[in-house]
Amino acid sequence: MDIPRIVGAGLVVIGAGIGIGRIGGSAMDAIARQPEASGKIQTAMLIAAALIEGIGFAALFAVAEN
Amino acid sequence: MVFSNKPLQFIVAVLVACLPLFSSANTATDSVHAKAEATHAEAIAHTEKAAHGEHAEPTDLKSKINAYINHHVLDAHEFSLFEDEAAGKHYGFPLPIILWDKESGLHIFSSSKFNHGHDVAESKGAYFKLGHDEKIYKTDAAGTLTGDEHHPTNVKPLDLSITKAVFSMLLVAILMFFLFKGLAKSYVKNGGIASGVGRFFEPIVLYVRDDIAIPNIGEKHYKKYMSFLLTVFFFIWFLNIIGLTPLGINATGNITVTACLAIIVFFITNLTANKNYWGHIFWMPGVPTPMKFILAPIELLGVIIKPFSLMIRLYANIFAGHIVLMSLIALMFIFKSWLGSSLSFLLSFAISSIEILVALLQAYIFTMLSALFFGAAVEEHHHEEAHH
Repeated sequence: MDIPRIVGAGLVVIGAGIGIGRIGGSAMDAIARQPEASGKIQTAMLIAAALIEGIGFAALFAVAEN
Repeated sequence: MVFSNKPLQFIVAVLVACLPLFSSANTATDSVHAKAEATHAEAIAHTEKAAHGEHAEPTDLKSKINAYINHHVLDAHEFSLFEDEAAGKHYGFPLPIILWDKESGLHIFSSSKFNHGHDVAESKGAYFKLGHDEKIYKTDAAGTLTGDEHHPTNVKPLDLSITKAVFSMLLVAILMFFLFKGLAKSYVKNGGIASGVGRFFEPIVLYVRDDIAIPNIGEKHYKKYMSFLLTVFFFIWFLNIIGLTPLGINATGNITVTACLAIIVFFITNLTANKNYWGHIFWMPGVPTPMKFILAPIELLGVIIKPFSLMIRLYANIFAGHIVLMSLIALMFIFKSWLGSSLSFLLSFAISSIEILVALLQAYIFTMLSALFFGAAVEEHHHEEAHH
């Protein structure tokens, strides 16, 4: 594995991490503001996180593929 | 309890107190391990003399661990539970090999004929050899593989074998069939009240119906998708959990398995879709006409990308989890000290706990997103077009 691939994999992970972190943080804010809606917020959070994760994994595999 | 208001300090104190245990437990295993390694080195020297040349075993520890992890995440033609390297013994059981070759027809034999990849299997006058990539190649009586070691260019027969992944899926399918069949019967016997293990599964079934199917698909259409959603949820969950046991199964971390699940979702979505769904793909309502020509190919691509992302997500999550867990366990053999072993134990314990959560979460996400796609496929026409 050469250097650009490693850097690319790192960038992908950073991007996905920031995205999921923001989703988690916003969901926390939303739950703190409206605790009674926490079930719905959690569901939406998980779906959004899963979508970003899917893109992250797809990019990671594209990078790691020899 | 005095220490309960300082949980972190308590945990650290317990850890420090336990460290001598780790270290003394470790020295014993280490000496055994060193002995085993010494005998193994002899065994390797012995086998290398006898080897056919192309079958060079990895010798140093790191590449051995690498080979072991690679072997685990791949599908296998035999079920190996554990092996004694010093004695050269494999504990496990062989699985049936079913091959279709264009010239010599159908071959059915046991994978014990391969002798863990060391021997050439002979069936009806044709010879087969197991490559390093766990694929079966057609060879001659001497077992020569052309091309380089990891990508032989020999003819590959159509492989319909009951491999480890297929075996574990059949196992889970049988388990699920009898479990839920029994539960259905117990409801009749008890007058509609859950009993025994049904008390555990009833809330989960209801959760899939009330919180996954109905909100995403809608009251009107959800019933025809329930059987698939429940099946796929429990199938993925059970396979994920079985993958965490020491049996060494990695079925949902195998891209072919998740690809099949995704293809089923793709067909169900597109075959049950109404004209409203296709209308939104080819002629998006409510946008200017030039935009419709740009949106149509993008939406059409989305039809394939949606199940594709389902496939990648499940596969990559479980695959990555297995690799991380096995790498952390392998730290023990690399460090060979009380510090490394206790670190490895703690980290693998933590990751295992997370993996149990991930096993459920991935089953939930897969079911949830399938329900979302089904819901989009059967969504009724919006009559309140005015606010667009």
